[in-house]
Amino acid sequence: MNNEMVRIKAENVNFYYGQKQALKNISLDVYQNKVTALIGPSGCGKSTFIRLLNRMNDLVPRTRVEGNIFLDNVDINRGQIDVVDLRRRVGMVFQKPNPFPKSIFENLNYGLKVNGCKNRAEREKKIISALQKAALWQEVKDRLNESALGLSGGQQQRLCIARCLAVNPEVILFDEPCASLDPISTRYIEELILELKRDYTIVIVTHNMQQAARISDFTAFLYLGELIEFGLTEKIFTVPTQKMTEEYLSGKFG
Amino acid sequence: MKEKIYRQLFALLAFASVLFLVGISITLFVEGLPVFMEVGVFDFLFGKLWYPTSDPPDFGILPLIMATVWVTGGALVIGIVLGVGSAIYIHEMAGRTQRAILKPTVEILAAIPSIVYGFFGMVLVAPFLQRLLDIPVGLCAFTGSLVLGIMTVPTICSISEDALSYVPHSFREASLAVGANRWQTLTQVVIPAAGSGISTAIILGMSRAVGETMTVLMVCGGAAMVPTSFFQPVRPMTAAIAAEMGEAVVGGLHFHALFAIGLILFFITLLFNVVAEMVSRRFRLKLGLAG
Repeated sequence: MNNEMVRIKAENVNFYYGQKQALKNISLDVYQNKVTALIGPSGCGKSTFIRLLNRMNDLVPRTRVEGNIFLDNVDINRGQIDVVDLRRRVGMVFQKPNPFPKSIFENLNYGLKVNGCKNRAEREKKIISALQKAALWQEVKDRLNESALGLSGGQQQRLCIARCLAVNPEVILFDEPCASLDPISTRYIEELILELKRDYTIVIVTHNMQQAARISDFTAFLYLGELIEFGLTEKIFTVPTQKMTEEYLSGKFG
Repeated sequence: MKEKIYRQLFALLAFASVLFLVGISITLFVEGLPVFMEVGVFDFLFGKLWYPTSDPPDFGILPLIMATVWVTGGALVIGIVLGVGSAIYIHEMAGRTQRAILKPTVEILAAIPSIVYGFFGMVLVAPFLQRLLDIPVGLCAFTGSLVLGIMTVPTICSISEDALSYVPHSFREASLAVGANRWQTLTQVVIPAAGSGISTAIILGMSRAVGETMTVLMVCGGAAMVPTSFFQPVRPMTAAIAAEMGEAVVGGLHFHALFAIGLILFFITLLFNVVAEMVSRRFRLKLGLAG
């Protein structure tokens, strides 16, 4: 765990929805080419936290961030950072598959176009490659011009992953990506995440502890806005240092 | 027993609308059809001369149809720009305070009687445009379009705004998450997703404009000539009916001709509404909402 591998560093992050404090003094590191899982019961702040990493919470009115979040040592909340560029570099896959009501092809083409990729042949190449990486190519290669809404839930979620991959992010945030999927689609997505970590740095929020155990390298356990414990997944799951972590993992609450 | 009576009573109330529609259609057909037989369908619809009280009279309603087309067409442009534009601003850009002012204001525009719009057009808009554009008469197709366009704003704006609010928030998030800026998200994701809803809004706004009578009667100038420019006085179909009904001999050919104009208007607005319904159904399907 040397310091060069840290891509995202959160330091003393507090977050408020109006008067209500949703995150209390969170500090944690996200390592390059690792999967970092955020777990905890509903309302613990794990989704709020992950949405800070690409500043999605900017869209929520009357919210406030304190503390620092660094991406490659640059504070993403201050100074010259371009939030549009930040979101390109830090991609996101949401809880519910949210493809655009456009064709499968257009769903990926859009991100490339808004990022200034003008050459159509180049875009096509990137689209095919993204669909392949998302393990969707075989299923959709003959129907690229059909509406993305005709795909199954699991396929839609893989399309959303492909859409994210197409613009070549460095970090990918998964906000409970399997929450609305059946077990088989869930397995596909998990295998995919393990594939993707070779090329990307991954942060995943999950409600499912087994999922965190299966796919993550690091686990952060949050409870009521506080980071209770953070460390290597195998340690957290086998020898947690905090009593609360142990109780949560053994199903005493949550 | 009592339940049955209630049921039938309310059924009667509900089916009254059907009765009215049938009654209106029969009246229009019975009173309007004679003119098609006497003058001929083609000569009536495409005749360029409308001199109903001359001897012999001319019953060509092309000038009236074209006046309606021009005035409504102009109103369409103005209504889209103002209505859709304000919907986008109110929904996407305005802060809470501005929204709290703008939304009720736009809705109040809908509550103003059309005759008041007529006054507004005659007293304020027409003289202003006449001086501004240096045109011979202020009461012309353009003034009509402008006032009519303003009248369609409440319809277009509020339905467009609804359409924008039906666009799931997740589309915006998805767009921003791939590195699109707000403007790209708005123009390439949100507005296309709301597109059919906005089209419905425009069609319903137009359907209102086509049928609007008082305002066009007051501000369009009233000359029954096929217009060649926006700055000529014109006489749209509704204005012709309203202006001439009082002087037409009941049961005479002129009287029937005015009903026939009403019949055509009826078909035009019916068409608008059917198209609007079809478009909005497609919209709901597209967004995966219940059809």
